[in-house]
Amino acid sequence: MSQQQISFEERMAHSEFRVHERAHIVVDGKVCAECSTTECVTACPANLFVPTAAGGIVFNYEQCFECGTCYLVCNKEGAISWSYPEGGHGIVFQRT
Amino acid sequence: MSTDFDAIVVGAGPAGSCAAIVLARSGKRVALIERGPFAGSKNMYGGVVYPRILDELIPNWWEEAPIQRWVTRRSTMLLTDTQALTIDFRSQNWGAPPYNGATAYRPDFDAWLADHAVAAGAVLVTSTTVTGLIRHTNGAVTGVHTDRPDGDLTAPIVIACDGVNSFLAKEAGLYPDVDADNYTLGVKETISLPKETIDERFAVTDREGVDIEILGGTNGVNGGGFVYTQLDTVAVGVVLKLSKLAAQKTRPEQILANLKAHPAIAPLIKGGEIKEYSAHVIPEAGYEMMPKLTADGLMVAGDAAAMCLAAGIWLEGVNFAMASGMYAGEAAVEAIKSGNCNASGLAGYRKRLENTFVLQDHKKLRHAPHLVLSDRVQHLYPQMVANLVERMFTVDNPKPKPGIRRILKQERKRAGVKLSDLARDGWTGFRSFG
Repeated sequence: MSQQQISFEERMAHSEFRVHERAHIVVDGKVCAECSTTECVTACPANLFVPTAAGGIVFNYEQCFECGTCYLVCNKEGAISWSYPEGGHGIVFQRT
Repeated sequence: MSTDFDAIVVGAGPAGSCAAIVLARSGKRVALIERGPFAGSKNMYGGVVYPRILDELIPNWWEEAPIQRWVTRRSTMLLTDTQALTIDFRSQNWGAPPYNGATAYRPDFDAWLADHAVAAGAVLVTSTTVTGLIRHTNGAVTGVHTDRPDGDLTAPIVIACDGVNSFLAKEAGLYPDVDADNYTLGVKETISLPKETIDERFAVTDREGVDIEILGGTNGVNGGGFVYTQLDTVAVGVVLKLSKLAAQKTRPEQILANLKAHPAIAPLIKGGEIKEYSAHVIPEAGYEMMPKLTADGLMVAGDAAAMCLAAGIWLEGVNFAMASGMYAGEAAVEAIKSGNCNASGLAGYRKRLENTFVLQDHKKLRHAPHLVLSDRVQHLYPQMVANLVERMFTVDNPKPKPGIRRILKQERKRAGVKLSDLARDGWTGFRSFG
């Protein structure tokens, strides 16, 4: 339906992320393995949560907009621990 | 007790910078702590700011603010898959001082406001994340921990302007519970186009700009859409109710792609190149989700206090953030003078909010966000109204024109809208907006 589809990689390529070595999102794979609704997989605007064939979730934190959607939509207590990245790191929106 | 500062403001967004400006101009020692590399680097919004509240702090702000375009055309658009109904208003009065709405990039606008705080004497500390509150044994907030080495900072007052996720307000217990139903996700593409092309497509000239607010066009996920013009970019975005988005299993960028492909939107952005994709969560429920605004040694302002106004025809936030920050700053100055920085000494904050548009608008419109995001307003009414208008203007001779009352009745029934619901929603809308 959309006339100019772009790949997700291209969509994200325009955003600047200053990645810190410490992950600011921590996912408890054991909790996720029991989750059938996987709200984070649908809702995360950066598509950071990807289901695996084994029924778990792999995630990366590097291209995070730090919006908070994942932990807000998550129905499983303790599955997603989320804090802000170290100062000066993470998403940097564009100035003119 | 000697402290590092008289007040610590966490977050150099519009709320934090306005709080810091007020405090610094009163001669207070104020730290303004920002976790991004510069003020505004973490901030994104739909796209229109209403800066009149700045008249007090920065007279003639329009002569220096990093504005892209002044909104002189404002459209409210109702979309179905194949129809669009637009109410389009234009006023040249909005294109001259003191103006009305303006488009601006937040990293520009917020950095400019923070510069004013620095000019007033505030100490802006960037690239520093506040990791928690320092509290006295009696519970009063007395400073913040940061992620810097030896990064503890002390002050009798902390103003949390740390955004929609406000970990500080939550840590202080000011949010009783956090419900995904109260939040929406905004995703937006900033699309590059030559200025002349934007001027022609949107029928504006010079620095005039357009603000289009959209109901419908979000794949059945409760929310809305928007199109805004900057000088040489167009912002297109959708706002999606979190709980519905998660349940619907369509990803946000796909919903945005579908809006961009709608026949009413696609020609506006044709040929444009994506410059940036961004996302942010919005405290959509406003007054109904607001936390307690003060604790001993602590005030909460801006998105951290859910000050965003998402009331359908009025979509504002930066102005509420700036005002709440400014009033928190004034209350802090007052409390420091009186020597009482407990919640009782900070009571001037809430009083100021209640005496001004901040809580008056929020209180009056407290039912509006829920109404606007309700299933009927989202899914039934747009189709009903669009069909009604289509039949009004379809000339299907040799049939004579149908009476409007009759087609209204037919379309209401066809859309499955109950009269009692229509009356109830109409009454709620009238009470809110009237």
